[in-house]
Amino acid sequence: MILLQLAADGLLLGAVYALFSSGLTLIWGMMNVINFAHGDFVMLAMYVAFFAFTLLKIGPIFFVPLAAMALFGLGVLVYVALVRHVMRGPMLAQILSTFGLALFLRYAALWAFSANFVSLPDNLVGGVYQLGGIRLSASHLLAGGTALVLTLGMHLVLTRTDLGSRMLAVSEDRVAASLVGIRAERMQALAWGLGAAATGVAGGLIVLFFYVSPEVGNAFTLLAFVTVCLGGFGSVPGALIAGLLIGVIESFSAYWLGPATKDVVVFALFVVLLWVRPQGLLGRA
Amino acid sequence: MSEALLRVSKLAVHYGDLVGIAEVSFEVEEGAVVALLGANGAGKTTTLNALAGLVRASGGTILWRGERIEERSAHEIVARGIALAPEGWRLFVQQTVEQNLRLGATALAERARLAPLLERVFSLFPRLAERRRQSAGTLSGGERQMLAVGRALMSDPKLLMLDEPSLGLAPSVVDTMYETLGRLSAAGLTLLIAEQSMELALEIADRATVLQTGRTVLSGTAREIAENPDLHRAYLGAAF
Repeated sequence: MILLQLAADGLLLGAVYALFSSGLTLIWGMMNVINFAHGDFVMLAMYVAFFAFTLLKIGPIFFVPLAAMALFGLGVLVYVALVRHVMRGPMLAQILSTFGLALFLRYAALWAFSANFVSLPDNLVGGVYQLGGIRLSASHLLAGGTALVLTLGMHLVLTRTDLGSRMLAVSEDRVAASLVGIRAERMQALAWGLGAAATGVAGGLIVLFFYVSPEVGNAFTLLAFVTVCLGGFGSVPGALIAGLLIGVIESFSAYWLGPATKDVVVFALFVVLLWVRPQGLLGRA
Repeated sequence: MSEALLRVSKLAVHYGDLVGIAEVSFEVEEGAVVALLGANGAGKTTTLNALAGLVRASGGTILWRGERIEERSAHEIVARGIALAPEGWRLFVQQTVEQNLRLGATALAERARLAPLLERVFSLFPRLAERRRQSAGTLSGGERQMLAVGRALMSDPKLLMLDEPSLGLAPSVVDTMYETLGRLSAAGLTLLIAEQSMELALEIADRATVLQTGRTVLSGTAREIAENPDLHRAYLGAAF
């Protein structure tokens, strides 16, 4: 029974990893730009949710969409004010620009919110559900369920709608896309908006059971990179599978080896899998 | 003489210090088929790309139904009724035939017209109807060319521009393609065809413009151009 419990815990957390990682993979898939500030977007979303609760006294039903909208706006702003300009420059400029953005956001948060750890009340989404002997906390269930639905939703939007088709067209051939009348910059801005909104939702959900500090984004950036590499760059289903896998591996290794060493197992398996399949699970060779 | 649909005057395009085209001028009347001829490197593709808004003109003017469009972007130009089936097709190979066609209709103002346009393309190219759920990346060369033309037609253009529609295709496929272009022309569509193969293009064209090293060197009716002894010199790159 303990194995099932660990697997369930891992899957719920992994679904949240998948959600914010799918935002990173969407941005990469559209523009071949790596957003090193992705984890810091999650951090900002967590602060949005935290302050929405403490100052406006609103619960997750409102602060999760609020964080998503705020981060959508931030994503579009980052694209318009920064990314579209540096995309004309060399690859190194693109890499360093989002790296610089990550540092800026982190230290701006440090300046604005101080280095203190803050968290929401444990019982904000209280209760524990029993399912065939498995105990599922309501906050994890809400986070994992919402994240799973939204990640699948993002995949469906990309593969089953005209909007998704246009976004994929821009990622495939920007010139051909403009020839058929697609405004490539608008699609790219939208990709940044949606990618950041995914971190907005994820941050709003993670804050239900995780502390917030300006440094918390570091871990999420690293997790998003591992998830996207493992799943295959540009693949949302790949990010979903990889996110769930990482969640489960973390859960088992934390139980067997201790929480401090769980990341060793994740990164060791990650390196081995990339050695065998460098394009990731669902990526193209 | 009727007002020209498209009037290109002294069009120039530079890529940094390099000259893409230096001085290209010609006109396209409504309903006509105009061939843009020239040897490899003469400037045909650059001219079409400038007309489609893919490259910015560094000089000259492009008048489309009386409006200057040389500063317009590609998405604005296709919305005005000029579509390009580009060289090398540039299909969205990861998407299906039908998705490629639907993407071609992005600039359509009335979405209700999408279905009849799709049916028109499928009736022109029944092979595409058979392959509608197939990925564009799995099509043969001829089918890709059909899809490139079909995708351009989905915007319901007034002027369809084709860049080397015969390039790399088997002769039987080329014949079928030109037959279809003839049917489109008979239905009233204006065509601007850039071709290296002058025999093919002059067979269907009403008028032709010959480019050499980025300049217009000959213009006239298809018959005048075909019979002009200087045409061969232009193709062979001799001093003109």
